[in-house]
Amino acid sequence: MTPVKQTIYDSAFGQFLAQSREADWLKMLRKAAFAEFSLAGFPAVSSEDWKYTNAAPIAQIGWSVPEPASPTEIDAEVQAFFRDFNFRRNGFAAMHLAFAETVVLRLPKDTSITEPLDLSFASTADSALFPHVIVIAEAGSKAAIVERYHGEGFTNSGVQIIVQDNATLTHYRVQKAASEAFHVGTTEVTLGRGSVYNSTNINLGGAISRHDIDVKFAAEGGEAFVDGLFVLNGTQHADTHSIIDHQVPNCTSHQNYKGVLNDRSRAVFNGKVFVRENASGTDAEQSNKNLLLSNHARVDTKPQLEIFNDDVKCSHGATVGQLEEEELFYVRTRGLPENLARNLLTYGFAEEIINKIEIDSIKNELDEFVLNRLNVKLEA
Amino acid sequence: MLLEVKDLHAGIDGKEILKGLNLRVNTGEVHAIMGPNGSGKSTLSKVLAGHPSYEVMSGEVLYEGKNLLDLEPDERAREGLFMAFQYPVEVPGVSNSQFLRLAYNEKMKHHGQEELDPLEFNDYLKEKAKIVDMDPSFFKRSVNEGFSGGEKKRNEILQMAVLEPKLAILDETDSGLDIDALRIVAEGVDKLRSSDNAIILVTHYQRLLNFIIPDVVHVLAGGKIVKEGGKELALELEEKGYDWVKAATK
Repeated sequence: MTPVKQTIYDSAFGQFLAQSREADWLKMLRKAAFAEFSLAGFPAVSSEDWKYTNAAPIAQIGWSVPEPASPTEIDAEVQAFFRDFNFRRNGFAAMHLAFAETVVLRLPKDTSITEPLDLSFASTADSALFPHVIVIAEAGSKAAIVERYHGEGFTNSGVQIIVQDNATLTHYRVQKAASEAFHVGTTEVTLGRGSVYNSTNINLGGAISRHDIDVKFAAEGGEAFVDGLFVLNGTQHADTHSIIDHQVPNCTSHQNYKGVLNDRSRAVFNGKVFVRENASGTDAEQSNKNLLLSNHARVDTKPQLEIFNDDVKCSHGATVGQLEEEELFYVRTRGLPENLARNLLTYGFAEEIINKIEIDSIKNELDEFVLNRLNVKLEA
Repeated sequence: MLLEVKDLHAGIDGKEILKGLNLRVNTGEVHAIMGPNGSGKSTLSKVLAGHPSYEVMSGEVLYEGKNLLDLEPDERAREGLFMAFQYPVEVPGVSNSQFLRLAYNEKMKHHGQEELDPLEFNDYLKEKAKIVDMDPSFFKRSVNEGFSGGEKKRNEILQMAVLEPKLAILDETDSGLDIDALRIVAEGVDKLRSSDNAIILVTHYQRLLNFIIPDVVHVLAGGKIVKEGGKELALELEEKGYDWVKAATK
């Protein structure tokens, strides 16, 4: 356990509460969260879930925390979801809830929203930002949300998504914080009957970034895509911890995470898929493929399947490697110099994830970012 | 002389497969290299294209009078050498048009000629695609990914059409093709044949040569050219089998 700079956050939290004009239940929840934070501190590498990610550089800085925002109206249903947020998962989540600033997005029943809903958060240097988003995709709704992170400071976010019966939600999460920034985020998703949740998590920025994503099937017939990409260079460190929990029968999950690591960058992928005892008819596939462009880059990948039911179709796998020599030779025989050939193949490797993005402006922006990072000039 | 292979010994993993191969190809000629499995046909193609796993033990390969073996695979390509792969490789995430334009522009740049922007290139590509009867919907698709065997081979010939090589080596381009696909691919190659280029057809079977009539047929066995002749040699081989050549050369 890394000791919290108690004095700093104690008085900051005291002030926060004093200034807050929120409902009492919310203040109580914040107090509980802050108590948890004080107890747990920032996660330490001695804890299994933080074995490969050293949070000390974040813990060492005395972040200035925001003032409380003017209270938003939170109805009983949202309040219940809010209370469900697992702030006890680690000290960051507890700290997050203590200072969280909430946005509620309600996607109306049986309605298709064609324009993607854009949520953008930018931290400033030396400051911490604690955005909390609750998305309720009501039954039969159809929408896409885009969650973006920028800035130079420390973002500690929490997103709760409820996809109600037969709703379809597409979720793009793009983390493009500055190279000196820190980013910690939690996503908790619950799927209703026959619903579809399709997420793409792109991690490109930050000195240290950590994303926890939990996807839970609460009723039959749900389908989830939990995909991601990290493209890292320099000494960047990106960690994804994912849990896909099949608690009920006849749900389908697909997970495809890809990593491209250059220089001395480092990535962690820890993906657990649970198939509970009564979750017969589960179809789950999980894959994590990584490309190391440098001898000093490193990936720690651990895809895990825990199956407590026989009537299921599950597969998982992970690879860490270099570019295929045959692919490289093929591309070179068409006249592309070795360096360009390597960059092109690397871009192609990342494209599998970027290509699934259905919003052209985001897809093009990411294409450009990845091409730039790899120094490839491609149009068309 | 466009290509001159002199007493070439080469192989893979320390094993010698080509054992003193000689070959001379002039611009404007089509050569067929025929031979049984394991005779060294693919080794020859790969050595000429510069595959890093293959090793040249001795001998010489001159391309336009220069030492070809000194050049990297991509330098060979930019100098006008092309190999159509027996098993074309899939390149996920990179579209055919992106890939071909990069390849085309690398060649143009190398020769100090003007590169094409995406729109100009698209027009150029459309024209070339007609040669192998390829639908423009293939341009947007990832290189060879999910293509059928016939589509992959057509795509190889499309690449050849785009890059306009001086010397094209087609490594068993006819293998795995049904008769219709074979016809499209072979007719495409025949359309690309000109007095400005040379083509080496590496093949096990005579059937490709019904569409592309070669000037010279070489029979490769045991890592050497053991017999040479005109187009009738291919028919004779088809009739009598490779054992006839092997027996005749012992």
